[in-house]
Amino acid sequence: MSSHRAYPMFDPAAAGVPDDLCPIATEITPMLPGDWRSMRPVVDRDKCVKCAICWLYCPVQCIVEKPAWFDMNLATCKGCGICANECPQRAITMVEEAGA
Amino acid sequence: MSTATLERSETKPKYIVCEGNEAAALAVALARPDMVSVYPITPQSSLVEHVAKLVADGRLDADIVDAEGEHSVLSVLQGAALAGGRTYTATCGPGLAFMFEPYFRTSGMRLPIVMTIVTRDGITPQSVWGGHQDAMTVREVGWIQIYCESVQEVLDTTIMAFKIAEHHDVMLPVNVCVDGNYLSYGSTRVEVPDQAEVDAFMGVKNVNWHAALDPLRPMGVDPLTGGAGGKGPSSFVRYRKGQCQGMQNALRVITEVHEEYARRFGRNYAPLVERYRMEDAEIALMTLGSMTGAAKDAVDEARQAGTRVGIVKIKTFSPFPVDALVAALGEVEAVGVVDRSVAFRWNCGPMYQEMLGALYRLGRHVPSASFIGGLAGADMTVEHFHRVIRDTEALRHGRLSAGPTWLNEND
Repeated sequence: MSSHRAYPMFDPAAAGVPDDLCPIATEITPMLPGDWRSMRPVVDRDKCVKCAICWLYCPVQCIVEKPAWFDMNLATCKGCGICANECPQRAITMVEEAGA
Repeated sequence: MSTATLERSETKPKYIVCEGNEAAALAVALARPDMVSVYPITPQSSLVEHVAKLVADGRLDADIVDAEGEHSVLSVLQGAALAGGRTYTATCGPGLAFMFEPYFRTSGMRLPIVMTIVTRDGITPQSVWGGHQDAMTVREVGWIQIYCESVQEVLDTTIMAFKIAEHHDVMLPVNVCVDGNYLSYGSTRVEVPDQAEVDAFMGVKNVNWHAALDPLRPMGVDPLTGGAGGKGPSSFVRYRKGQCQGMQNALRVITEVHEEYARRFGRNYAPLVERYRMEDAEIALMTLGSMTGAAKDAVDEARQAGTRVGIVKIKTFSPFPVDALVAALGEVEAVGVVDRSVAFRWNCGPMYQEMLGALYRLGRHVPSASFIGGLAGADMTVEHFHRVIRDTEALRHGRLSAGPTWLNEND
């Protein structure tokens, strides 16, 4: 897993901090929002005009720019559907992951 | 208006006359917090006005955050404490109630925040006066709660509170409970300690060694725990058990900090339980907070009249000092417990209810009775305590009342 962090996670044992004080997490879960998404956005490339409204509204910032359309990074997209709801061109459709 | 100053050029002790709220504010300044957050209007007291003035006058170098409500006040301080700051606030009554969600979280996150509760009775019936009902209502949320008897004790205890909270064996938030009206607005002569001596007493500040909002030490603070699967149950129990252990450690640390304070500053307070004229006492009164002054006067008079009565005053109410109380009760034959609030569920005072548990540890039957007085600002006089002494003496001869005695019922 890639990391943007410049420093390693805090190690309570090395720092001599008891493990029964403030609850802290020092292991990052490998799970991403895409692992539990139930609906997936699908972009109609003919309708997309690259207005970037989806990019503006996406709460997890998973919108990625392509040459002629905007698409979603499906590893981090949680399937909330805000992009489909906000798209002025109705270019985004939410489809069931299970049936896809 | 405040007339006190913290500057001092001579080495002689400095004496001022001030109210309890100002004494607490001066103590806060002496402890040098990094951030003070307050909700500045009703229900607030003059305490934070004094703190704000100390900041405005350049005598306290702290960020002061006027938040939009007490819920935000404590949340702001949680962030400040996690960033390594020494933190302080004050509230009471409805403000404390509005603070409840982050109040519970503060002790669970083991953040050593100090908060004065200028104690106030519970509403409704509507009142703006003193009483212990607000602090008693949150006595089971994992905060250390220490009650003061005098204005000088408010100042000294507020300084000690920071040291107790930040002790690495404790790491818990502390409430300094200041009796509304009687201590908060009561003006007396107060000795203000020297800043350099307080600095030496406080030592090096290190409040976020265990959990921090720090990019150099990345960690997730307060993640999800518990549930029925995986490591959930064991992790939740581990943290809860740690909280309880911290409370028990606090009994020792509170005692040690009081001893060190007495050595450095010459003022000695019983840290957990004070015994007043308890040698050879046949009956004991139990008191809490500023009422103890009138109780001591009544006991002095009763002693002169031949009644062998003493006082067991609780200073540290949470964690409840069970062992110290059991030792203090010793051989007494009857106990009269005076509360400034009510325990609705048991139809008695909360301290009486707690004392019943301690009596079980004592291992012998001691007749006891609950007295409730001083609600919503009512005065508790020497005469009231003479009645408590008479009724407690009567317990030795088998006269047990079913419910509590309401001391101000006919006032």
